[in-house]
Order: sequence, then C-alpha cells, then structure tokens
Amino acid sequence: MTWINVLLQGVLLGGFYALLACGLSLMFGVMRIINLAHGDIAVVGAYLVWVIVNQTSISPFLAALIVLPVMWIAGYAMYVLLLERSRRAGQLVPLLTTFGLAIVIENVLLQVFSPDVHSLGSTAGGLATASATFGGVSISALGSLTFGTAVIVLAALQLFLSRTNAGREMRATAQDPDAAQLVGINARAVYARATAIAVAIAALGGIFLAIRSTFDPSTGPTQLIFAFEAVVIGGFGSPWGTLLGGVVLGVAQVVGEQINPQYAILFGHLVFLAVLASPRGGILARRAGEA
Amino acid sequence: MIHTRSAQLAGGFHVQRWTRLSVGSGVATLALIAFLVIVPFLFGADVTQQLTTLLILVILAVMWNALAGYGGLISVGQQAFIGLGAYGTIFLTQHGITPYLAMIVAGLIAGVIALPTSLIMLRLRGGQFAIGMWVVAEVFGILVSLDSSLGGGTGISLNGLDQYAPGYRQAYTFWLTLACATLLLGLVFLLLRRRIGASLQAVRDDEDAAASLGVNVVRSKRVLFVVAAAGCGIAGALYLANTLFIQTPSVFGVQWTAYMLFMVLVGGLGTFEGPILGAIIFYLIQTQFGDSGAWYFVGLGGVAIAFALFLPNGIWGAIDRRLHLRLLPVGYTLRTAAAPPPAVAGDAAGKPPPLAMEDQP
Repeated sequence: MTWINVLLQGVLLGGFYALLACGLSLMFGVMRIINLAHGDIAVVGAYLVWVIVNQTSISPFLAALIVLPVMWIAGYAMYVLLLERSRRAGQLVPLLTTFGLAIVIENVLLQVFSPDVHSLGSTAGGLATASATFGGVSISALGSLTFGTAVIVLAALQLFLSRTNAGREMRATAQDPDAAQLVGINARAVYARATAIAVAIAALGGIFLAIRSTFDPSTGPTQLIFAFEAVVIGGFGSPWGTLLGGVVLGVAQVVGEQINPQYAILFGHLVFLAVLASPRGGILARRAGEA
Repeated sequence: MIHTRSAQLAGGFHVQRWTRLSVGSGVATLALIAFLVIVPFLFGADVTQQLTTLLILVILAVMWNALAGYGGLISVGQQAFIGLGAYGTIFLTQHGITPYLAMIVAGLIAGVIALPTSLIMLRLRGGQFAIGMWVVAEVFGILVSLDSSLGGGTGISLNGLDQYAPGYRQAYTFWLTLACATLLLGLVFLLLRRRIGASLQAVRDDEDAAASLGVNVVRSKRVLFVVAAAGCGIAGALYLANTLFIQTPSVFGVQWTAYMLFMVLVGGLGTFEGPILGAIIFYLIQTQFGDSGAWYFVGLGGVAIAFALFLPNGIWGAIDRRLHLRLLPVGYTLRTAAAPPPAVAGDAAGKPPPLAMEDQP
C-alpha cells in the first residue's frame, strides 16, 4: 500500500511539474528559445502573491487573479524589451540574455526580500495539509488541485492552439515564420503573445510552488531544471507529452525519496539522463533541433 | 615558431597569419610570461595570491569562450568540471598523492569523465545543451555531497600543503597556475589555428552546412568539450589550492557560469584575446564591488545582457573591428599588395559576428 501511495504522490507531483514546464515548452515550440529565466519568473509570481496576501490577507487564489494579468503584461514587456532583439541577433543570444536576466531577477529578489524562506501554505486555508483517504490510499487535496489545474491549463492550451485563429497563427509562425509573414501574420505579435502566455503560466506554477512548499530568491534555477527535465522526458511534443514527462519525473523523485530522502532530486536527474542516453533520446534531440 | 609568412593570391591579395604587429605582441606575450615567473620574488604573498586568482579566471574565461565562441556550445554547467577538479584533488591527496601532482591528475580526470558525458550531451543543441550541462553539474554535485569522506555537504579542507611555509606555498601555487594557464591557453591557441579550429567555427555558424561539407561535427565538438572540461578541472583544482577549503554548493554552483559568461561577453565572445581582457576587467570589478552583495550581481547580469545585445563581440571585438588589432592571431589577415596597412581584415575561416546565424534552423 505504501508504494501505491508513493506512486500516486509522484503522479500528482508530476502535474505540478507539467504546469511549470508548459510555458517553457510553448516558448521553445514557437520561437526555439529556451528561457533560462523561466524558473525565476515563476518565483517572481510567488513573491507577488506573497506580498499581496501579506498586505491584504486575502486568499492566495484571489491574489493570483491580480498577479496573473500583471505577469502576462510583464511577459509582453519581456518579449519587446529583451527577446525580440535577442532573437534577431542569433540562435545563441537568447540563452545569454535570459541567463543574464535570471541573475538579475534572483539578485533583485535577494536585495528586496532578503534570503528568508517563505511559504504560502498556511494562507491557503488548510488546503496544503488536507487529504482524503480511500481504502488506505491517501490523496492530498492540494496535489489533486495542482494536477487538475495542470490538466485544465494544458487542455486550454491545446484547444487554443488547435481551435482559435490566434492559436493557428501561432502554429503557422512556429512552422515557418517567413511564410507566416507572407500570408499576413504579424510574427512579432505572435511571439509576444506566446511569451506572455508562457510567463503567466510560469507564475501560476510559482504560486502552486509557494503553497505546496517553500520559496526563496534562489529557488528559481531548480524549478527551471525540473521544468526542462519534464519537457525533455515528455519529448518536446504535445502538451500531453509534457504532462507525461512531468509525471515520470515526479514518480522518479518520489520513489528516490522513499529509498533515501537525499536521492529524491538525484533520481529525477538520472531518469532525465537515461532518457537522453537512450536511442529514443537521440531521436528526440534531433527532432527538436530540426523542427 | 613565429615567422612572417604570407601566400600570394590572384589580384594582388596576401593571406597572412602573423602580421608585424602580431609577431611583436607574440614576443611581448612571451616576455610577459617570463616576467610573471619572477613575480613571487618581487612582490608579497598577497600580490601572488591575487595574481593566482586572476590567472584562474583567465583559464576559465578562455575555456568557456572556446566552447561558446568557437564551438557554439553554451554551457551552463562547466562548474561540473570545476567541482570535479577540486574534489578530485581532495580525493587523490586523501590517497597519498602529493597535492600539486594531484591537482594536475584531477584536472585530467575531469577531462576523462567529460568523454562519456559528451556522448550524451553532444546529442543536444543550443538551449538543450545549456540546461543539460546544468543537470550534469547538479548530478556531480549531489554525488559528491553524498560521499561523507569528501566532507558531505559541509565542506572540506585541502591537507598536505601545510608542509610548505605559507610564502613558498603561495609561490608554488602561483607557478603551477602560471604553467597551467600558459599550457592550456597555448593548447587552445594551437587547436583553433589547426584545421579543427576552422571546422569548429563552421559548425558554430551552421552545423548542417558544415556536416554536408564533410566536417566531422561530433568529433570536432568532442575534442573541444574534453579540452574545455580538463581546463575547467585544472582551474577548479587550482582554485582549491588558492583557497584551501571548498563546499559542494559553492564549487558546483552556477555562479561560475555567471562569471564566465560575464568575462567572455564583456571581453569578446569568439575572439582569442577578448576573454583574457574580460577576466582582467572582471577581476578589477570583483575587487572593487565584490562586497556590495546582491547589487553587484544585478550589475553583472545587466552588463552581460547589454553586451550580448549591443556589443556581441565584446570590447575586444569592437577594438579589432576598428583597429584591426590581432595580437594573437587564430585566423588570417587578408591584405592587398598595394596598401601597406590592411585595407580589409578578416579571418580566412570566415569571421562573421560569431552569433549571427540563421534565425531558423
């Protein structure tokens, strides 16, 4: 029964990783940019909610309704001010500038909020600790909510990309930006929109991070690595691939933790490296490089 | 082997590697190295220690630039090898090898470990390689911290150097650092001047086009990856010798990448001389503002972004473009027979702005 619990816990954790990962995956899919500040952006979302909750003592979910639009706009600004020029300067420049941005964000947070560790767990009205038990299998309320949110976000993203005009424009631009421009799509606007969506979803992931555990200014890089691992394990494909990748990563970490708490993160990394080392990993990497 | 050699081309053009200026600066470089050898006799231990730090930064910057500026491989995880070099030294000294020998061996071991690592990592391109390397660094860091004989996560001191009096120790460490820096920079210099240097730049600029011209893409990258890993490993070992104490979170920390990125971007990505200049600038900034805490890092990140966007070839690239300064020539200079000062200067290997690649693969 322990192992069923462990597996379930891992699957639910995977939902959280998928939520963190889908913005990263979207930006890579649409513009071939891997945003090295992705994890730090998630942490910014967490801090903004924390500030609002501290000032007004409203529920963090209510605060999220204010923070997500703000992050959406911040995403637009990030594209216009930083990524547009980086993208034009060459393939590798976005890596340099987003890594620079990551350093700036982390240290501004450090300067403004101090290295103190915070959590929103206690402000979520007992949600962080609540759980239901069915015949010895316990399901945490927060884990289920996170997983459900991830599924909804991924489904919405899928619907947006396949059913709406803006989504079709985004897919067309991802396939061939020049051809898309020829048929009258404003690629710049599409890229800015994709960045805004990615940043807002990252912030949502950050808010869930803050509720389910703790955060401080240096939390971002780890979240970036987990998100990236989920994307790679899932295979750079559909949103559902990202969910699968997140689940595999989550289960690996939880199984590792069960064996020895020090192994949790290590097991996740090893599964990621094993996927890369497998013949399939080579194909995935090549496909992602060509696409 | 410094001699002026030029090849006559049709139309009165000369292709030249060593111009008179670069012969002069090559000689000056050798003189500078000779002068650095006697530094410990002339100055106190603190100057020697600071110069050791500077030389370690030079090694790191040159290695990172070799990967990013010539190989197109932006790594966020070179601290993997810095850490291996440092902890490898600890491990070897625990097993009875004298510290200074252990540092060299540990650096070479880092290079050996890079070989299997490259089998997985070089499948990745661009941003995937960048973060993939970061994961590798995390894995090495976790594995080292799990080993309690290496101090676990709490840190460990290098023993065995206390057999030397502090002044002598500082001098020996400095000489070893100087020798390693000279050898490693010389190795990278020679490597980039050979056929593989041109191959690598072709791969950096367009991997598929290079492959279709018969460049062995994976082999070229692997050679560079292993050399850069060994260089970072030796730098890590020397860093340990200079500080005598290390902890896993800091020696495997991503701040190393921030430093390397800053030095290379400010000095000049894809130029041989630039990273050396960048290391000197970074060293001066660090001694001035290193105590200002978080704002110091905000400044580093901001400046790195500005250089990446507005001056992608760094300070040295800008100087080179205006004055055609090529002090340590990796490429070639094209000059017309008529005009003595070079009318056109460019690398025969093609020296486009290093990162100006096609947007879409």
